[in-house]
Amino acid sequence: MTALGLALTVAVLLSVLALVGGLRETFRASGGPLNILALRKGATTELASNFNRSVYNDLKFKPGIARNESGEPMASLELVTVISLESPEHPAGTNVNFRGVSAVGIQLRNGLTIERGRWFRPGFREVAVGHSIAMRYPEVGVGGKLHLGHGDWEVVGIMRAGDSSINSEIYCDLNQLAADETRPEVLSSVLLRASDPVAKAALIRDLTDDQRLNVDALAETDYYDRQSRSSAPVQFVGLFVAALMSIGSAFAAMNTMYAAVSHRSREIGTLRVLGFSKSAILLSFLFESLLLAALGGVLGCLLILPLNNLTSGIGSFTTFSETTFQFRVTPAIMGIGMLFAGFMGAVGGLFPASNAARKEILVALRSV
Amino acid sequence: MFRYLPFILKSSMRSKRRSLLTIAGAGISLSLLGTLMAVYHAFYIGEAPPQQALRAITRNRVSPAIMLPISYNDKIKRVSGVVDSMPFQFFGGVYKDPKNIFARYAVEPEHLFPLHADYTIPEDQKLAFQREKTGCVVGRGVAERYGFKIGDRITLKGDIFPVTLNLKLVGIYDSSFHDDVLFFRLDYLFDLLPERRRNKVFAFLVLADSPDSVARICAGIDEMFRNSTARTRTEAERAFELGFVSMLGNVKAFLLSISVALTFMLLLVTANTMAMSVRERVREVGILKTLGFTKPAILTILLGEAALLTSIGGLIGCFCAELLVALIRGLPTIILPLSGLQLEPSVAVLLLAIAIGVGLASALVPAWGAARTPILEALKFTD
Repeated sequence: MTALGLALTVAVLLSVLALVGGLRETFRASGGPLNILALRKGATTELASNFNRSVYNDLKFKPGIARNESGEPMASLELVTVISLESPEHPAGTNVNFRGVSAVGIQLRNGLTIERGRWFRPGFREVAVGHSIAMRYPEVGVGGKLHLGHGDWEVVGIMRAGDSSINSEIYCDLNQLAADETRPEVLSSVLLRASDPVAKAALIRDLTDDQRLNVDALAETDYYDRQSRSSAPVQFVGLFVAALMSIGSAFAAMNTMYAAVSHRSREIGTLRVLGFSKSAILLSFLFESLLLAALGGVLGCLLILPLNNLTSGIGSFTTFSETTFQFRVTPAIMGIGMLFAGFMGAVGGLFPASNAARKEILVALRSV
Repeated sequence: MFRYLPFILKSSMRSKRRSLLTIAGAGISLSLLGTLMAVYHAFYIGEAPPQQALRAITRNRVSPAIMLPISYNDKIKRVSGVVDSMPFQFFGGVYKDPKNIFARYAVEPEHLFPLHADYTIPEDQKLAFQREKTGCVVGRGVAERYGFKIGDRITLKGDIFPVTLNLKLVGIYDSSFHDDVLFFRLDYLFDLLPERRRNKVFAFLVLADSPDSVARICAGIDEMFRNSTARTRTEAERAFELGFVSMLGNVKAFLLSISVALTFMLLLVTANTMAMSVRERVREVGILKTLGFTKPAILTILLGEAALLTSIGGLIGCFCAELLVALIRGLPTIILPLSGLQLEPSVAVLLLAIAIGVGLASALVPAWGAARTPILEALKFTD
């Protein structure tokens, strides 16, 4: 029973770690290693950023920007807004990123492919929706309609890019969206690719320091790393609960071990008479407690395994949109769980074990 | 049953260490459980305070990033049952450091206080807000946290809006909830914004004549803008706030699953203790029986001991939960309806009931076994 109590504590800790780990992985997969994101100075998210087309035209010929096969600079001006999708789970709607991109924008995303259907055509009210969205909101499958701005947008394809957060976004033609939102000149952000890692650092500095442009440039990976902080409240609550539960479980382990010690008083006395040292007794009880904890840890890991690859969504107050991620129960996380269980076992076992080791031989032998 | 109380007390003092550990373990689990239940209650069970129940919020149906034209306000006012309404803008922004979190809204000064009858503010400060274009008012909570005094200059750097506000604090209002908000004037914001972004707002705050008409008003407003470019979603203010909570993910399932895990753990911990303590006492039970104690009496004594331990744990849990709840109340919140979080009496009673229930359930099996053991067998029992 003590082991089960420990198992539950471990399970709570692990579920939080699996959530945070899964979310981190999603965001880590989202940034391209050479990509740089430019936002208006002071803006921390693409949604809050404003980017003039004229600034983009000045920016795209900066040295250090990679070029694609046709010789165009790989810099994509984009417009980001959010759309509220209704689902049975969230009748009031969940916010999802809605992004207008050009052909270069699609090239800039590594591994982004169309899974079903086709890409949207420039100048048409067509969209490609991310894989996770298509799974979570069945009504936006191929052929479905989305209402945004001046009319309906037709879903023509399902896109997928590994585990990246693009799977939780909707893409459409940049100019069509800009016209629809009546902001043809003022868009959101620019994503660009540096030609190599050295050029990347130089380019970030160059863009940020250029007074004329008035933009903040940062590595795309850093941008997404910052987004993963949206899980901070859940992480905090989860760790806090797990910490308090661990105190409770350590008390339970202590109770069990104290009972074992008093139960085996005579046995301890006998062992001492036979020549076992105090430290041997101490170790044996501590070891027993650790074994108990290990059992709890294993059970906790087993309890949490069904959570692996479970898909869920988490919203962010900074981007006002939801990212879909999968719980990840990795060996590393299970290792942490076992260590945590071991720690509780050690704390719970230490006092009873030292109590056992200090017992006077005669008293111990006489006790009933 | 109370006849046995001294006996129960005595026997629970028999292994002080074990009783203390059990009480402490139960207390910790129960304080967590109590806090989670208080949060759950605040989110999903508690009713909106009477003033809040009169308010609704109209926003863009499709996207919070797309603003609504300010002209909607006059049309909303014409819906029957609407007493007052005002456009408001969520500003975001940074005060000195991004870590300073409190909500900032641009509002119409003439309508702010009529719409929030639950805010109290001295009349002269209210008028000063209506007179001064760069004026702002803050809740008592914000004023205390940042040491604001009337007349202070407050600079907010915009992030969603490319402007910097230079505000002058002209009033401090009191409110039992939502006292961590800064309000400034919408016309001041519009003055600073480029033409393209003026006269558009994030949402409208609507006041109904009675709580019962809120649902009808919400439907009425949405119906009115059904065929316009910017369709609306109107919902009660409380529902709107809960929408923000659900943005964090499936909070309900999260709260429920942790609560279940906690209760279960509590049951395991106490059941373990009770099993140990009863086992130790089988001989004693035999003696009690010889002395003429009946089976029900023995059951009462054993169950009573478990219930006593867990109910003390429950009391400690209530106390600690109250502390935790106060801690959460003090956290900076933006829109979450947690600023008025309280450990409601009904929740506290439920917590105690769970504590006693868990105690009884955990002792039932071992106690039943002990009470049923025949006298001779019990006396013979050596452990």
